[in-house]
Amino acid sequence: MISIKELRRSFGPIVAVDGVSFDVRKGEVLGFLGPNGAGKSTVMRMLACYLRPDSGTATVCGYDILKNPLEVRKSIGYLAENVPAYNEMTVGGLLNFVCDARQIPGNERKKALDRIVPMCAIESVYHQAIDTLSKGYRRRVGLAQALIHDPQVLILDEPTDGLDPNQKHEVRQLISKMAKEKCIIVSTHILEEVEAVCSRTIIIAKGKIIVDSTPEQLRQKYGCSLEEVFRKITRSKVA
Amino acid sequence: MGGFKAVFKRELRSYFTTPIAYVFLVVFLFFSGYLTFKNGFFEIRQADMTAFFINMPLLFAFMVPATTMRLWAEERKTGSIELLLTLPITVTQAVLGKFFAAWVFLIIALALTFPMVITVFFLGNPDAGLIITGYLGTILMAGGFLALGCFFSALSKNQVISFVLSVVACAVLVFAGVPTTMNYLSTFLPAGLVSAVETMSLESHFESIQKGVLEFKDVSYFIILIIGWVAACTVVLEERKAG
Repeated sequence: MISIKELRRSFGPIVAVDGVSFDVRKGEVLGFLGPNGAGKSTVMRMLACYLRPDSGTATVCGYDILKNPLEVRKSIGYLAENVPAYNEMTVGGLLNFVCDARQIPGNERKKALDRIVPMCAIESVYHQAIDTLSKGYRRRVGLAQALIHDPQVLILDEPTDGLDPNQKHEVRQLISKMAKEKCIIVSTHILEEVEAVCSRTIIIAKGKIIVDSTPEQLRQKYGCSLEEVFRKITRSKVA
Repeated sequence: MGGFKAVFKRELRSYFTTPIAYVFLVVFLFFSGYLTFKNGFFEIRQADMTAFFINMPLLFAFMVPATTMRLWAEERKTGSIELLLTLPITVTQAVLGKFFAAWVFLIIALALTFPMVITVFFLGNPDAGLIITGYLGTILMAGGFLALGCFFSALSKNQVISFVLSVVACAVLVFAGVPTTMNYLSTFLPAGLVSAVETMSLESHFESIQKGVLEFKDVSYFIILIIGWVAACTVVLEERKAG
């Protein structure tokens, strides 16, 4: 459902993403790993049509991100790393705005809200302004916003960052539950999370893909925990 | 279309959920009234609103940038632009949604100056047509300033910078056409250029609408001003994605 071809993007002299290509199929949960500044967020932002690639392209659900960005955005649910939101709005106000923008009409909207609000456990803050929320609640609102239109493709940039252990567990369960009918890319720094939810891992460093494998294969190949594998790979290759 | 409506609704509501609307309305209504009476509204002994409309260009040159400075600068500072532009909304829809929401807000502010109209009708027998064209001219001018402000707000993440640049740009439009500037320019510029500057300034177009003359060239001046700057704003935001 996602097909990325030779995506490249630099910011001034810094090459953030340097010719990344991969495909993700329906039913796959791709764990996107890499040290800070490896280019994970940049790849995700390009997929969400927020940044334009310098060269290369990608298709999401058959739509090209350059030629048909609107259709791409319709089929994607995107949670950005810093959870962008309008701080002065209430949680309900924001979700309704997203419904407006995604053209979810009255009846469906009520159903969608009834489904998503308990799912992300944000009932208690529904009428609260977003800038009064804690980091964890804010992220859950971001997640609700990304899931509200039941997208086929989910792009989640560090979805569990700032959540408490219980919430982390819940979000992982949520991802596993949705995995079958969707195509999900999750970036994270928490390697146990990759083992818990991902069916595939890609490790990138300095804008290039170093490893494209499954968590089990990696562990077998290197004969140690995923954390050690990550350290071995990114340290030797980057230095 | 859905994108435009969503942005428009959200923006217009956000004026009233934050203190912006109330601070703006109080300050604007105070000064629009104060300047009118200070300019000798009673002394003229004429039941018309000239004394009211004459201050509008200068007042709006400061007040409009105060409403537009946040439009894009704030979105970029807080990062909410990443939410906005990853929803299925085109940049054009977002720009227009914000522009029209701000315009409607200013029209609401102008509508709240209705006590002036009542006063004038109470005191005498004013020409209603003049008052209507006066408001129309002011609304068009507000639109022009808004479009300018939108553009400068998209240029910078910093609201102060976008405010200062918009005020300067609005002031240039206003002051390029006043007699002092015209006299000064005519000391060293050929007559053709001086009249070119005058046509490009806002003052002459605004005044002729004030006088009740609704000419195509004056209305189209404002329409072109609006379309031009709104389009420029869209281009700047589109480019940002690549740059």
